[in-house]
Parts: sequence; structure tokens; C-alpha cells
Amino acid sequence: MLRRFDVHRVTSIAEAVDARQRFGEDAAIYAGGTELLLAMKMGVARWPHLIDVKAIPALGRITATNDALRIGATATHWDIERNALVGGALPALARLEANVANVRVRAAGTLAGNLAFGEPHADPPSMLIALGARVVLEGKSGTRSVAVHEFITGMYQTALAGDEIIVAIDIPLPAKDVRVAYVKFQILERPSVGVAALGTVRDGRFVGAPTVVVGAVDEVARAVPTAQFAGADARDARTLDAIAEAARAAVEPTADLAGSVEFKRHLVGVFTQRVCATLAAQAS
Amino acid sequence: MGSREIHLRVNGGERRVVIEDQTLLIELVRSLGLVGTKLSCDSQVCGACTVLLDGRPVSSCTTLAIEADDKPVVTIEGLADGAKLHPLQEAFIERFAFQCGYCTPGMIVSAKALLDAYPEPDVATVRHWMDGNICRCTGYQTIVEAVLDAAEQMRGAP
Ligand SMILES: Cc1cc2nc3c(=O)[nH]c(=O)nc-3n(C[C@H](O)[C@H](O)[C@H](O)COP(=O)(O)OP(=O)(O)OC[C@H]3O[C@@H](n4cnc5c(N)ncnc54)[C@H](O)[C@@H]3O)c2cc1C
Ligand code: FES
Ligand code: FES
Repeated sequence: MLRRFDVHRVTSIAEAVDARQRFGEDAAIYAGGTELLLAMKMGVARWPHLIDVKAIPALGRITATNDALRIGATATHWDIERNALVGGALPALARLEANVANVRVRAAGTLAGNLAFGEPHADPPSMLIALGARVVLEGKSGTRSVAVHEFITGMYQTALAGDEIIVAIDIPLPAKDVRVAYVKFQILERPSVGVAALGTVRDGRFVGAPTVVVGAVDEVARAVPTAQFAGADARDARTLDAIAEAARAAVEPTADLAGSVEFKRHLVGVFTQRVCATLAAQAS
Repeated sequence: MGSREIHLRVNGGERRVVIEDQTLLIELVRSLGLVGTKLSCDSQVCGACTVLLDGRPVSSCTTLAIEADDKPVVTIEGLADGAKLHPLQEAFIERFAFQCGYCTPGMIVSAKALLDAYPEPDVATVRHWMDGNICRCTGYQTIVEAVLDAAEQMRGAP
């Protein structure tokens, strides 16, 4: 049972921005509703007005150029995991999306909604941050784009302004020889830990430094300082141990149902090792 | 605002209904007597409330009924053809894929969407697709077998 509210179906971005200004704090943007309606049912949030953005045609599109993917704000996990452009250009993202939540949440829930909710136990942020993805926002004073790591500012907190909506997520495509990998560990509905890594391995060594971002254990996803591993032997267990150690040091896990601080920090080490080993294995 | 008329297309039938914006899809279908759809966790976790909306499985416990305006909805009652059960229903009986039966309508509707998308699924595909449907009785093995049996049956059927 939900308490009474009105749903306003807007059909253009301009109308959505107008509605945001008109209703202010009394309204929330409504996409798949997989988080919003749950929060409203539990009584932790109440909005008399919901602004439904799903009928804005431009927001549903997934497009690609040679060097970037643009995922429209109303594209669902289901759409993304099956999209041929995504599968072709960034198969690691398609796989990640295919393993978000369950099939019903994927069928209705959007990537933009996932980012906008700022729930820490999430899969996409770590990979999007590793790739340097940006959230494209539109508000009364125009368009701006914010890097994902600056967009998610804390637990359930984002840089979205009161008059703005997310219109798309822009994801730069890595160069051909760059590998992208993601591993997660999960005992509940959402990940306990997820680690994304990106790097080039040539003749067994990292070309430059690998990028490693740890998600789900902390209030926000954390990038691991990896500069010292530029050129390191990617197949040497000592390199992987050292990256894992850097990852454990980079996070401040939150104790919750998914585990204690010590347990999560341990997981971070194990899964960082695994994801980095995957980079080396893919390259051979 | 507040309430509106929608064009409902459930299990092949059509009608217009007036609902309030906050009405949930499960409330609507059950109010029409389609009580095969069950409410359990009420939080998108268990799948007991699964219905197909425009061909996709959704949690009717957390979907607004207004989303169904002019889109086909399939509930468990829409699968049998008169007295003739759907191959999934037959396979669930053959394989003893339920005990208390509370999860079953959601399991079968979710499996229907699976077989629509993947007519020849392997075990891993079935397990992955169905892992958001919780059963507290069977231990899942017989459910997976039933889905695979039904897939074979449906491929064989003319
Ligand atoms: C049972 C369950 C399991 C889950 N498991 C996982 C998991 O394993 N991994 C994972 O990463 N996630 C998981 N999730 C989260 C899931 O990915 C999100 O629920 C979903 O993507 C949210 O999208 P939505 O369209 O439903 O958002 P909504 O619920 O509609 O909205 C969520 C928030 O985003 C805002 N919003 C939506 N669209 C916009 C927009 N265009 N502009 C600005 N703000 C917007 C809303 O105002 C609201 O604050 C799970 C969720 C559930 C319920
Ligand atoms: S009752 Fe809807 S998912 Fe459990
Ligand atoms: S048969 Fe009882 S919950 Fe599945």
C-alpha cells in the first residue's frame, strides 16, 4: 500500500525541468520506481508528486560514437545488458549489467536511477568511475556534465541540483588493448563488494598503471592509488598482493548485514587480486 | 490528477478501469479476482508477485498500475488454454516442483518470460534467470528440471 500521490507524465526534458522547479522538494523524479516506490512503501520517503520521465523519447536511447557510449537516462539494466552497441564496444559493462539485482529489477530499473539513488551497495559506479564516465545533467541554466565520482557525493547523496534531471551517462570507450574487468561477491540482494579494474598488459607487464576502483563496501566507491604499479609484472603474485594491500588501505568499509569491517576489508583484498589477475589472463 | 482511467489488457481481455495513481499493479490484478499473483516480501526480492508487463517480468508489488496503461499484462491465470495447462504448469506437476505452492505462480510466470527470451536455455541460464524467485520448500532442483522439461516440450510441440 502506498500513500496518495500524483504522477506527472512529462514528455520533454524542458517540461521535466519545469516540473522540478514548480514542485521543488515536494516531488521526486520517477523512472523504474524500483528504489523510489520501495522507499515510499517503507515510509522512509514521502513525495506528494512524482515526475515520470519515461515518456521523454530522447532519454531512452543508447548511442555510440567511435570513442564513447551514451546511455540515456531511462535505459534499463535489461535494455543495456542486451544492447548490441554495449555488447560490442564494452562487453564487461554488459556482463556487469546482466548481474545487477534480479531479472525483475533489471527489467524496470534504470542505470540513471541506480546512480541517482546513491545506494552504496551498487555495481555500476565502480566500473563507470574506472572508465571515467560522466553524468549529463540538464537544469534551468542548461546542460552540464559531472564525473561519476563527483556525482555520487556520499551515502544516498549526489550532486544533482533541485532543478536538474539526468539525461544520459557518457562512457568513454577504452582503447583496443585496454582490458576491463569486474568481479563481485554477494550474499544478499546487493553486492557486498565489487571491484572494477582497467589496464593494458603487454608481455606480462602493465603498460602504465592499472586503474582499480572498489565499490559497495564503503559509503562511496574508492579509487585505489596505483601509480607505483606502472610497468609492474602483472603475473607476479607479489604485484597482485601489493595492489590488494593498496586496495585494503584505500577503503573504509561500513559494517552492515553484508559483513563486518574486517571481513569486508579482507574481501576487498581477495577480489582486487582476482580482478587484476583477470586483466593479466585476458591479455595472454 | 490523482486518479485516471487506463486501458487494461490483462490475459487477452480488455477493459477500462479507473485507478488512483498510487495503486500498485498487484492490488489492481487481485481486485479483478486474479488472485494467483501472490504478495510475499513486498520488496522486489522474492518474485511471488511476478507478472509480465509488455513481455517483461516485473514485481507487481512494486509496480504502479498506471504503467499497465495500454500494455499487455500476463498473470498466471493467462497461461492455461481453457482446461489445457501450459507446458510449464504440466512440467511443474510432473517434476513435483512445488510443495506449499506459494512461490509457484511467480516461478511459472518468470519461467514463461525466460522461455520467450531463450527457447533453448541451458541449466546456467535457467538458474541465473530464476535466481530472483525464492522458494522455501523445494530446494530449486526440481524447478530447474521442470523449466528445462517444459522448454523441450515446447520446442517439440508443433
Ligand atoms: C531487490 C533489489 C536488488 C538490487 N540489487 C542490486 C545489485 O545487485 N546491484 C546494483 O547495482 N543495484 C541493485 N539494486 C538497485 C537497482 O539497480 C536500482 O533499484 C535501479 O537501478 C534504480 O533505477 P529506477 O529507474 O528504478 O529508479 P527509481 O526508483 O525510479 O529512482 C531512484 C532514484 O533516482 C532518481 N532518478 C531516477 N531517474 C532520474 C533521472 N533521470 N534524473 C534524476 N534523478 C533520477 C529518483 O528520483 C530516485 O531518487 C537493487 C534493487 C532492488 C530493489
Ligand atoms: S512480493 Fe513482490 S517481489 Fe516479493
Ligand atoms: S513451494 Fe513453497 S515456497 Fe516454493
